[in-house]
Amino acid sequence: MVMRKLQLRLNQTQKVRFERAMERLQSPGNSVIVTESIPVNHEDAFLKGHGTSEVGGELLATVCGVVDRVDKLVYVRTLRARYKPEVHDIVVSRVIEVAQSHWRVELNFSQDGVLKLSSMNISDAVQKRRTSVDELNMRNIFVEDDVVCAEVGSFQRDGSLQLQARSHKYGKLDKGQLLKVDPYLVKRSNNHFHYIESLGIDLILGRNGFIWVGEHVQVRDPMAVDDEMISSYTYNTRKGQSHTPFETRQSILRIGNAIRVLSNLGFTVTLEVIMETVNLSNTKNIDIHDMLGSEFHVLIAENEAKRRSA
Amino acid sequence: MEYVNPEGLRLDGRRFSEMRQIVAEIGVVSKADGSALFEMGNTKVIAAVYGPREIQNKSQQKIDRALVLCEYSMAHFSTGDRRRQKNDRRSTELSLVIRQTMEACILTELMPHSQIDIFLQVLQADGGTRSACINAATLALADAGIPMRDLAVSCSAGYLNSTPLLDLNYVEDSAGGADVTVGILPKLDKVTLLQMDAKLPMETFETVFALASEGCKAIAERIREVLLENTKQLEYRRGAA
Repeated sequence: MVMRKLQLRLNQTQKVRFERAMERLQSPGNSVIVTESIPVNHEDAFLKGHGTSEVGGELLATVCGVVDRVDKLVYVRTLRARYKPEVHDIVVSRVIEVAQSHWRVELNFSQDGVLKLSSMNISDAVQKRRTSVDELNMRNIFVEDDVVCAEVGSFQRDGSLQLQARSHKYGKLDKGQLLKVDPYLVKRSNNHFHYIESLGIDLILGRNGFIWVGEHVQVRDPMAVDDEMISSYTYNTRKGQSHTPFETRQSILRIGNAIRVLSNLGFTVTLEVIMETVNLSNTKNIDIHDMLGSEFHVLIAENEAKRRSA
Repeated sequence: MEYVNPEGLRLDGRRFSEMRQIVAEIGVVSKADGSALFEMGNTKVIAAVYGPREIQNKSQQKIDRALVLCEYSMAHFSTGDRRRQKNDRRSTELSLVIRQTMEACILTELMPHSQIDIFLQVLQADGGTRSACINAATLALADAGIPMRDLAVSCSAGYLNSTPLLDLNYVEDSAGGADVTVGILPKLDKVTLLQMDAKLPMETFETVFALASEGCKAIAERIREVLLENTKQLEYRRGAA
């Protein structure tokens, strides 16, 4: 069997182990491919949703994926496809252009996202009309290639996507790594911001498949911050004292590699699974760079098989 | 030259209605949104699909549908003699043909203000690169999760030594006989591509065309198997929703 994305060199034992693990993952699914007909009960009314089309009284899939039914609605959820934004999704994105009163960001959607200056919270003035001075100072907030965390706001009439970052938990991300996985591997949940206290790491699982792993930053409520703190903070950054300790950087890499392994194997990426992978690599004494080797991939596949059958 | 011997076997030992071995693999280019490798005997093509993504050239933007772009190129090492130039007239023509065929099956109106790029690279050329490219592009598009009316598949057939032959290889292709390339949408039963060099009498053309269509259907079957296997694997691995 061929593994997507990664051509691993497995020796004979690893191959057998891997195949056995993959066999255990098999379950009766309801996947369809393009032009396969989806069985529907024609006597009951049904609504055709995304990824379907009706040809000659037959409901056909137009994409490869999994059939989902919600009441009367029948639709096909694609597995490997670009991100389809939903309002209030939390996404991680990369700035590609600073434009007139907005930033254009890349978020693995069919178009670039737009983050308007007016839908941003700027620390000093929470509620204020943005002036031309603010526009000129946009580069102080984000510049090209910055990684930004935001929320999907709304779709414009012309189909373009507006983002918003109206809370202090959104904004620029630094001191960390951005990982890209297939969006179908990130599930929607109540919380996409995770703080791993034991390691001092922030983990943001963007719904668009962009995952941020970085050093923990204290989310400061702008109301509670007094002038003294602001001045000391800027002083520190200017002196370059906020330098990431070695252990933290190692943890970032370890978590990053854990996510890479999971995405290579096509397993869902959730906090629990990531932490399990990280812990497994620690208990087995696997070096960070060895995590991307074939042995660890096989181990994770076996672990996943065990976890699912439990 | 004798292309079909008295026993009814062709130069490479196939019968008249026999296709070459097909190998199809999905997900060979890791950075692409969708990718596939398609082999028909010694012809080997790699396809990579990027998109739907932001339009790069704003003046080409379509308000109501996606823009489909296609680039066909032959690797320098793909033929017996090393190829020198890259963008010759043949490649330009083929890019256009493939683009039109794929555009006909993609539901472009679902993805307005975006573009889809299809890159096709011939790694080994042994006749039938046109068909192999279309088949590879279909697989790559399906892998990229781009909605399609149907799977466009293509196959060629020719007529040599008064025998209709399916899936010509390079030697048969350059023999000077007719070469009919057919692209169909198997489920909708529609023809999207029909090209022929040289002339054929009407009755002969019909048998050759029918043979090529049969070939297309066989390829479609194979492509479906590959896609289903791939989709199932992805679903199993991801686990219950």
